[in-house]
Amino acid sequence: MRSRATRPFGSGGPLTYVIALVVVALTLGPVLYGALGGFRSNGQIADKPAGLPDPWLLRNYEGVVTNPDFWRYAFNSTMIALITTAVAVICGVMAAYPLARYQFKFRESLFMVFVLGLLFPAAVAIIPLFILVTRDLQLGNTWWGVALPQAAFALPITVVILRPFLMAIPKELEEAATIDGASRIGIFWWLAIPLSKPALITVGVLAFVGSWNAYLLPLLLLQSEMRTLPLGVADYSTQYSADTAGVFAFTTISMIPALILFLALQRRIVGGLQGAVKG
Amino acid sequence: MSHQGAALPAAPAREKESTRRGTTRRVAPSPGGGRWRQRLEVVFFVSPALALMAVFVVWPVISAVRMSFYRWKGFGPMDDFVGLRNYERVLTDDVFTQAVTHNFIIVVASIVVQLPLGLAIAVLLNRRIRGRGLLRTIVFVPYVLAEVIAGVVWFQLLQPNYGTVDGIISAVGLTPPEQGFLGTPELALPTMFVVLTWKYLGLAVLLFLAGLQGVPEELYEAAQLDGASWWQVQRRVAIPLLGPTIRTWCFLSMIGSLQLFDMVWVLTGGGPANATTTMATYLINQGTQGGNYGIAGAASVVLFVIGFVMALAYQLLILRRDSASDR
Repeated sequence: MRSRATRPFGSGGPLTYVIALVVVALTLGPVLYGALGGFRSNGQIADKPAGLPDPWLLRNYEGVVTNPDFWRYAFNSTMIALITTAVAVICGVMAAYPLARYQFKFRESLFMVFVLGLLFPAAVAIIPLFILVTRDLQLGNTWWGVALPQAAFALPITVVILRPFLMAIPKELEEAATIDGASRIGIFWWLAIPLSKPALITVGVLAFVGSWNAYLLPLLLLQSEMRTLPLGVADYSTQYSADTAGVFAFTTISMIPALILFLALQRRIVGGLQGAVKG
Repeated sequence: MSHQGAALPAAPAREKESTRRGTTRRVAPSPGGGRWRQRLEVVFFVSPALALMAVFVVWPVISAVRMSFYRWKGFGPMDDFVGLRNYERVLTDDVFTQAVTHNFIIVVASIVVQLPLGLAIAVLLNRRIRGRGLLRTIVFVPYVLAEVIAGVVWFQLLQPNYGTVDGIISAVGLTPPEQGFLGTPELALPTMFVVLTWKYLGLAVLLFLAGLQGVPEELYEAAQLDGASWWQVQRRVAIPLLGPTIRTWCFLSMIGSLQLFDMVWVLTGGGPANATTTMATYLINQGTQGGNYGIAGAASVVLFVIGFVMALAYQLLILRRDSASDR
């Protein structure tokens, strides 16, 4: 009865499906076009810009996969993203824990420091950051030189997302652990961390994808051998701009890791973003 | 009378506070030691994060401010103090004022175009149609891609003459612009905006969808029983309830538009003839290419102040309404 009452109301007619198809075509069009373009030759693309591969060629993709530079860039991207994620998540959950579970005088002002941190775009500090990392810390052209500032800029959102999760842990669990003789640090390690795992994965993925996609900081700090995939893709496309098919193959393969990560952890990323917006 | 009125409620409050303090002291097993232990623990937990932010966020921002008062080429001692002259030069530089204008055009256009578009798609996807989950995933795909990688694909698509967009336009019988969409000064910024909309619409849709799903089913049913059409329900019930989500999205979109860099750098580099410069590309150009670190510092301070003032104003004027109504 109820479903009969609501179905014609909330479900879409043919027009809904047509609009949905248009949205899908516009959204995926450029991505699919790039992926298909990788299977064509430059001649095919020039002849018929909107055509399908005929015949399908594998050589562009083979060229990317057998290109040692591609693997080097991918390796650099992975390592930098892993370090960024580890540093941001570890420091973030440590900071969020007392902000969520302790009662102390400057708790809210301390939390405001992190909230204010959200307002500092990396672009503002980018040139002093470049000078600091390359000259003072001598970390120019290294993984850590990119990862540490990235982790620092990822910290505010990490803390802001984690705090409500840690606050939601029932007080009774903590009290029970205290009676069993656990210290506050023991509670943090054995109780808070395992219970906030879903939130940790959310912030971890956000930090990872942010680092994986980052451009400005790596652009200033990394050269030649140490470049990441976005830098590699951008440089490849300016260097071989006439080789459209080759550029398409290169970009398509570079998209895959972020897409897989996103598809695998879609629910968590979406949940984390929504939580951050509501909070 | 007014004196009394003011004094009366204050007294019990003070009393309450003193008793509260008293009880805490009584409950705590060892007043001094426990508090110090807790302080140490707080310091232990918070200091790695604070240290990281101090070194890599706060210090560079302070340095940017300091740099903005000197003429400095990036090496040697920073001792040529010029006061506010860098700011004067930045604010009177046509390229910079154009950059600010471009940023604001993107801010306004994003809200005027992406908000209704995002709402429309979200309302659509919220209906019970087949493959809704898949649709939601697809709409979010561009957002997950690196701005640079998406930019490179669009750059290829938009190449003059042999690019696909030109090909499709000629196939329909129209004449594409001779210098290409990104090479024609009047078209470069609108084209940039189209690409940005493609890239970021997914986030708006996703957030609005989440908001719509938080609207209780009963509300829809009640409105429906009262004889409201589907469209009326969306306009009068669902979208007003989305208010807080919409306002938060506008805030995020605004901050993002002010910081715009990656896409511009890949698609046009700020050209042609500075038609697409943004504050961020301006300061990178001045700093790393021109070696005018003082100018870059002044530009980044201006960028920060604009962002901060807008964020603050938005928080005070618009977002405050949400937290007030929550209470």
